[in-house]
Amino acid sequence: MKLNGNAICYGDNVDTDVIIPARYLNTSDPAELARHCMEDIDKEFLSKIQPGDIIAAGSNFGCGSSREHAPLAIKAAGISCVVAKSFARIFYRNAINIGLPIIVCDAEIRTGDKLSVDLSAGVLVNETTGVTATFPSFPPFLQGIIEAGGLMQAMKEGVFE
Amino acid sequence: MSMTMTQKILAAHCGKDAVQAGDMIVASCDLVLGNDITAPVAVNEFRKCGCGRVFDGEKIALVMDHFTPNKDIKAAEQVKKVRDFATEKSVKNFFDVGEVGVEHALLPERGMVTAGDLVIGADSHTCTYGALGAFSSGVGSTDMAAAMASGKVWLRVPEAISVVLTGKPNADISGKDVILHLIKMIGVDGALYQSLEFSGEGVKELTVDDRLCICNMAIEAGGKNGIFPVDEQTLAYLKEHGAKEPKVYAADADAVYARTIEMDLSKLKPIVAFPHLPENGKTFDEIGDVKIDQVVIGSCTNGRLSDLRDAAKVFKGRKVAQGVRVIVIPATQKIWMDAMHEGLFDIFVNAGCAVSTPTCGPCLGGHMGILAKGERCVATTNRNFVGRMGDTESEVYLSSAAVAAASAVMGKLATPDMLG
Repeated sequence: MKLNGNAICYGDNVDTDVIIPARYLNTSDPAELARHCMEDIDKEFLSKIQPGDIIAAGSNFGCGSSREHAPLAIKAAGISCVVAKSFARIFYRNAINIGLPIIVCDAEIRTGDKLSVDLSAGVLVNETTGVTATFPSFPPFLQGIIEAGGLMQAMKEGVFE
Repeated sequence: MSMTMTQKILAAHCGKDAVQAGDMIVASCDLVLGNDITAPVAVNEFRKCGCGRVFDGEKIALVMDHFTPNKDIKAAEQVKKVRDFATEKSVKNFFDVGEVGVEHALLPERGMVTAGDLVIGADSHTCTYGALGAFSSGVGSTDMAAAMASGKVWLRVPEAISVVLTGKPNADISGKDVILHLIKMIGVDGALYQSLEFSGEGVKELTVDDRLCICNMAIEAGGKNGIFPVDEQTLAYLKEHGAKEPKVYAADADAVYARTIEMDLSKLKPIVAFPHLPENGKTFDEIGDVKIDQVVIGSCTNGRLSDLRDAAKVFKGRKVAQGVRVIVIPATQKIWMDAMHEGLFDIFVNAGCAVSTPTCGPCLGGHMGILAKGERCVATTNRNFVGRMGDTESEVYLSSAAVAAASAVMGKLATPDMLG
């Protein structure tokens, strides 16, 4: 699968409280959560992005609370993929389980750079700078969940058997 | 093949003689947990998938603790969704107002976790139960939905950091000081994807409450789980709380660790984590006058009876400083009653504190103590991220109950020693 979008960059340790503040966790509706996505780190986030854009961040992205509302909000806001140097472990599994593409990649990316990501080939191209980076593929077990479109579908297909 | 304590528990739950770091496994759960924020998302997923029955109505715990007593109409709808699900699916352990406590204080108190168990919870602080010699780890709502249907969870077997504790801590040091020092040493991603396995002669100097607090915050170093060896104190705690027969696992003597960290408990000093990360620990020789507006004593980290006793010792015969609001939140109904019978509420109220019913409430900026722009709060909770307890320009300082209480009396960051 290939994804194309402009990058919007954040630093290290972006926590799930700033991705979706707890005051909005009294709902589980993805569209409503999306309206407050990244609100406490970047109030202009929603006006800056177009559908398909890519969040690029530093290390430990998604640390803190286990709230799945965080990847749900990002996905429903129209973000196609999150690229980070590393992910906090619960965010990492949540993204895989709900079918939000994430990649671990330490590439030089600036806000506004045009990115092209080939998930199956494991290649990220920064079309603005011309720099190409590779990233490791997921272990086969996780690849199976991703290809099924998420954990619930994968479970139906027998991933736990 | 040598294994860590965590690896042995995981192997036993996936039907293998041995596992090693990096293996992807499908493990059986002894308990699946969710709360009023995460369980509604899991219920949505469970229903969308057409899962039908739950795998075992006795091995699921639904704890309505975060925004309860319901803070608004939407929160009430969320709880109702979970309540209806629990009734329909015959989930026995559904805890609502009147019975509920903060989940990670409630489950051990009710004897719902024992040594050797594998527990997953759609709450990041599920790692608390490592204090009892269990493997427990936070997951997401979809994991919870899948586990409610199948009793299974996928896990990547973690490598471990060995934390060797030596020495005897001073009387003013609690589990909170130990874990904040450790997070300061290794950083908020210092144990990413790893276990924190505690060992050493210092373990016996820590109470089970201290260990629960320490494992609770393993996630604040990025850890998958924190775990303590099972000793006489653990077994006595499990027996006292009516937990089922423990299965005791111990790390192999030649287990391989990613690294080893030594901590001399006798050298630790009271510590406060400054905004906006739990790794920003400072001891009082580095802290000047930091005036405060609010103090919260409670949460899954430090809302236990021993924490309330530590706070009461400080508040006894003293008053909260002018202009400071103090909210004390016993973590469970039992703790609430025990504190009341011990006379702790008299001490709190006479000092000028408010005492709340059990709730996670202010810890995550839900309700019961939200901060305005520019306000500072000393909290015995676990996170001090931007906007965690209110406005994005408010500040949270994490500490032990004793330091929080002393700060309330002084109106600024302080230790009990500074009260004179």
